[in-house]
Amino acid sequence: MGKNRTPYLLLLPGFGFLFTFFILPIINLAQTSTQTKIAGGDTGQYEQTLHFRNYIDAFVSNREQFGRSFLFATISTLLALAIAYPLAYAIAFKAGKYKNLLLVLVVAPFFTSFLLRTIAWKQILGEEGFVIPTLRSLGIISQSTTLTSTSFAVVMGMTYNFLPFMTLPLFASIDRIDPRTLEASGDLYANGFTTFRRVTLPLSMPGVVAGTLLTFIPAAGDYVNASILGDPTTKMIGNVIESRFFKIVDYPTAAALSFTLMAAILILVTLYIRKAGTEELV
Amino acid sequence: MTKASIEARGDLRLTRLTKTYGDFTAVDDLTLTIPKGSFFALLGPSGCGKTTTLRMIAGLEEPTAGSIHLGETDITTTKPYQRPINTVFQNYALFPHLTIFENIAFGLRRRGQKGVKEAVDKVLNLVELPHLAERKPTQLSGGQQQRIALARAIVNRPALLLLDEPLGALDLKLRRQMQIELKWIQKEVGLTFVHVTHDQEEAMTMADTIAVMNEGHIEQMGSPADLYDNPETAYVANFLGQSNLIKGTISGNDGDSLIVDLYGQKIALPKSRSHAIDNSTYAGIRPEKFRISLLNTQTRGNVLTGGHIEDVSYIGVSTQYQVEMPWGQELMVFEQNDDGVAPFKKGDAVNISWEPTFTFALRGDEDATAGSEVEPEVLDEE
Repeated sequence: MGKNRTPYLLLLPGFGFLFTFFILPIINLAQTSTQTKIAGGDTGQYEQTLHFRNYIDAFVSNREQFGRSFLFATISTLLALAIAYPLAYAIAFKAGKYKNLLLVLVVAPFFTSFLLRTIAWKQILGEEGFVIPTLRSLGIISQSTTLTSTSFAVVMGMTYNFLPFMTLPLFASIDRIDPRTLEASGDLYANGFTTFRRVTLPLSMPGVVAGTLLTFIPAAGDYVNASILGDPTTKMIGNVIESRFFKIVDYPTAAALSFTLMAAILILVTLYIRKAGTEELV
Repeated sequence: MTKASIEARGDLRLTRLTKTYGDFTAVDDLTLTIPKGSFFALLGPSGCGKTTTLRMIAGLEEPTAGSIHLGETDITTTKPYQRPINTVFQNYALFPHLTIFENIAFGLRRRGQKGVKEAVDKVLNLVELPHLAERKPTQLSGGQQQRIALARAIVNRPALLLLDEPLGALDLKLRRQMQIELKWIQKEVGLTFVHVTHDQEEAMTMADTIAVMNEGHIEQMGSPADLYDNPETAYVANFLGQSNLIKGTISGNDGDSLIVDLYGQKIALPKSRSHAIDNSTYAGIRPEKFRISLLNTQTRGNVLTGGHIEDVSYIGVSTQYQVEMPWGQELMVFEQNDDGVAPFKKGDAVNISWEPTFTFALRGDEDATAGSEVEPEVLDEE
C-alpha cells in the first residue's frame, strides 16, 4: 500500500493547481451568475439572490451574438479544415526531407504576437493591401466594397489564427497512416477518390476530430478577432462577455453568458464526438 | 480500356522492362514470361530488383522502359486499380479501421460485385478463419493477419496474385506451415502466383519455376531441381544451397563427358552440365553428393585424393565435414548418419568421391564466392 501512494503524490501539484485556478474560479463564477444588484449599492456591488432568471435574460438579449459566434466558429473551422487537410497530407506524405522544416513553418507564426498578427490582417484586407485592388481589378467585388470591419474579415482572421491548431493534429494523424494501406486500396480496385474516402479519411478521423475541436472551441469563445477586424455589427458572444465584465461591470450577466457558452459548447462537442465515433478508431 | 484491362487474362509477359532511379538501375532490361496458372518465384537478395519488378507488375511503380502484357493486353501504363492483379503485401497492409469481413470485401465492393457475403464467407473458410470475421486486424496474430491478407487478395479471383515476401514476418515453424498452405491454396484456386522472396528454401518449397535475380537481371530461371542440380553461374550455385567450386582445366572429351583436370587429378562430368566457355572452369559439387572414404579404400566414380579431415560437426540428421585438400582448399561434405556413428575424426587422411553426373561446370572467369551468404571462403587459389 505504501508503495502505491507515489503516483497520487505525484498528481498532487497538478490537482492543487487545477483546484486553485480552475475549480475555485468556476464555483465563484457560478455563484456570481445568480447574483443581483444591491438596492442602492455602487456599481459592481452584487448580492446572492439565486436569481436564475439572469440566464434567460442574458441569453434572450444576446441571442444574435450567440448565433454569430457559432456561425463564425463553424465557418472558420470548416475553412481551416479545408486548408489544413491538404497541407497536413502534403507534409506527411510528399515533403520527404523537408518534413520537419515545414512543420516548423506551420508553428512559426507563434513566434510573433497573436495581436500583432491579427492587426496585420487589417493591412492585408485594407485599401492599401493587395487583396482589395486585385479583387476589384478582377471584377469580383465592386469599387465601393471594402473588406475591413466586415464578417468576412473576422472569419478570415479566425481561420488564420487557428490554422496551426488544425494542422498539427491532422498531420500527427495522417503521418501515422501506413502508405502501404493506401497502395493496398489502389491494388483492390479503389481509385484515388475512393481511396481517400474509404481509407485515408477514416484513418485520419482522430486528427480531424481533434483539429476541429481545437479550432471550434476557442473560436466560439473568441473576441479578439471580432474586436480588431470587425465592427459593432459583427460582435460575437466573447465581445459581449468582455464588455459586460470590464466595461459595464455587470458581473452576473457576464458569468451567466460564460456558463451558457460553456454548456452550449459541451453539448455540441458531445454530439459531435458521438457522431464522429472516434472510439471506433484504433 | 478500363473494362478491357480488368478482364485481361493469360500469361504475364515482361518485355525489356527497366527501372532506374537516377544513376541506379534497379531492374535492367528484364524479359520474362510467366505462364498462366503457375507458381512463379522471383528469388534474390535485397536490392536485386525483385520487389521493384513486382511493384511494376502491380502498377505501383512506373517502368522507365519496356512493357508489361497480360495475355494480349498491354497493361504497362494501366492504373493499379484497373489491373486484374492483387497483391499480398509484405506487412499485410490490412485496413486497421475495417473489420476482417470488410477488409476482405473491400475489392469486391469497389467493383460492385454481387454475392459479397457468400464470397467472403467462402474465402474465410478456405483460410480457416471464419470465426474472425467481425474482429479488427490489430486483434489478430501475425499468422492470422497473413491469411487474411491472402484472403483479401484471392477473393477477387485476380488473373495474377503477387506475394511480396508474404511470410517474412512469421516465425520459422509458422512459415513452414504457411508455405505448404500457400501451395495448396494456389492449386485449389488455380490462380497465377508470383512470389517474391529472398529465402531460397521458401522459393524451392513452393514455386514451379524460380527466377534467380541479381543486380536487376535474371541469373537463371528454371525448376527448383534444375537450378539446384545444374546452376549456370557461381551466383546461383552459391545462393541456392551451398556448393564446392574447384578451379580446373578442361583437358579432354569422353563421349558425353568432359574430362577436367583439378590440380592434377582427373575427373569426369556430363557435357550437358558444362557452362564453361573455354578450357578454364570451376567444377561444382554439392556437399551432400560427396562420399568420404579412408585412403586406399576402393571407390567408384570421380575421386579426389590426398584430403584430410579438418573439422567435424555432428548435426543429428547428418554430419558436416570440412576436408582440406592438398591445394589448400577446404571442401564441405555432408554425410547422412545412416549408420549411427560418425566414422571419421579430425586429422583422418581421406579420399573424396562422387558420381560424375552430380558435377556441374561453370565458367573459369567467375567469382567463385558470388552469391554466397557466408564469409567468402578461400576457394580461389589465384
